[in-house]
Amino acid sequence: MKKEDVPQDLSSLGKITKEVCYATDNSGQYVTQLSRGWDVKIKALDVAWQDIEDRVAAARGKVLNKQASPLLFFMERGLMDIAILAGYTGFWKWQVKRHLKTAVFEKLSYKKLQRYAEVFNISVEDLKNMNVHEH
Amino acid sequence: MNINFEHTQAAHCENGVTMNLLRNIGVQKMTEPLAFGIGSGLFFVYVPLVKISNGPAIAFRTLPGLIFKRTCKSLGIPVIRKRFNSKEQAEIFLKECLETGHPVGCQVGVYYLPYFPKEYRFHFNAHNLIVYGKEEDNYLISDPIMENVTTLTSYQLERVRFAKGALAPRGQIYYPKEGKPITDDVIKKAIKNGIKKNVRSMLYIPVPIVGVKGIRYTGNKIKKWRGKLGLHKAGLYLAQLVRMQEEIGTGGGGFRYIYAAFLQQAHAYHPVDALLEISKMFTQSGDLWRNAAVQAAGIYKGRIGSQEEFNIMGDYLLEISELEKHAFEALAKIKWQS
Repeated sequence: MKKEDVPQDLSSLGKITKEVCYATDNSGQYVTQLSRGWDVKIKALDVAWQDIEDRVAAARGKVLNKQASPLLFFMERGLMDIAILAGYTGFWKWQVKRHLKTAVFEKLSYKKLQRYAEVFNISVEDLKNMNVHEH
Repeated sequence: MNINFEHTQAAHCENGVTMNLLRNIGVQKMTEPLAFGIGSGLFFVYVPLVKISNGPAIAFRTLPGLIFKRTCKSLGIPVIRKRFNSKEQAEIFLKECLETGHPVGCQVGVYYLPYFPKEYRFHFNAHNLIVYGKEEDNYLISDPIMENVTTLTSYQLERVRFAKGALAPRGQIYYPKEGKPITDDVIKKAIKNGIKKNVRSMLYIPVPIVGVKGIRYTGNKIKKWRGKLGLHKAGLYLAQLVRMQEEIGTGGGGFRYIYAAFLQQAHAYHPVDALLEISKMFTQSGDLWRNAAVQAAGIYKGRIGSQEEFNIMGDYLLEISELEKHAFEALAKIKWQS
């Protein structure tokens, strides 16, 4: 890639920092060139986020239908899976799996709920009611 | 607790940490491409069945941690590396390092990394940054992919050092124990070893999913994605491939351009003209990876989507596989003068 061909399509990262790219100058020597982003990458990231939004919406539907506890919603929203959520909360994976069931979730102690709430950066009330505060 | 430390931005985090830590102990000639090449950083692997963020597990570089380890070893510089079970112990050790004047590399997760834009904060645990001081409750941070230095509070730093999930860092800290004069001869030898090791990892690992064989394997897989996964999911898979290839820190073209730059710099130490020719082959390979990414983007943007377009996409990888095979075979055949 030639230095002047390094793309400069402003990405969300580009607003914070430019990225170093390696490209060749006129004499064919490699130099570094800063890039603000590349449309191909921006779209790839958009596609990934669209997929996450779809999963979150599906999870919300399941919670509203009582097929899963609100944990599922916050787990998907936090881009987590059971293993990651278990890691952050300190529960075992089988425990998290149980807590995803509505009936089990409703009987959880405040203390246990708090462990989840802290990982999701929300209050226990919000966790129970699937409230979301966008910021 | 302030250490005289110079921050230089890099394309890739681990290269950058390696370069900056080594320069800081006096190895002024260390550059990002040299760190990457001496550390035999170029790689390819497609791990079938394993899913990352519900997509394929693909990497264009060697395992996290190896670049620093191999580069220091090749230069004969001893390394200190520690992991911790306790967050308290991890911070005590970090403070001791800073007090004795050692900036340190830390493996961190990016999910809770506050200065990253939200769009980039996935559960990715193999990011690296340098801590080089502390002012009140703020640690001074040199993140190689950022243009400027930044800070993290002790709570923020603890959270990213103890990120959870795959490749959990467990507070991992590492730094070169002490500097020593590094002669050009040492660098020459390190370059030669780095190239030989990279030839081995790309050509001779007897599994079909790694190295140039892995690229061919992936190319053939891609051709089947549309039929097997449906157009939507196949598009998601391609988007993931492109993100692994081009996202933060590859220098473009799945690290192929950095490797081409490394071979040019290697030529300054070993005046073997073949190095320059082979460097051009990696530039060409990087360009092909970029063209493949444009093709993939056409698919995941929904502009194109026929089986024919997936075949074209797969064929790009078959072509790249052949090209890189020739390039590494040429590297294997180099007659080193010293």
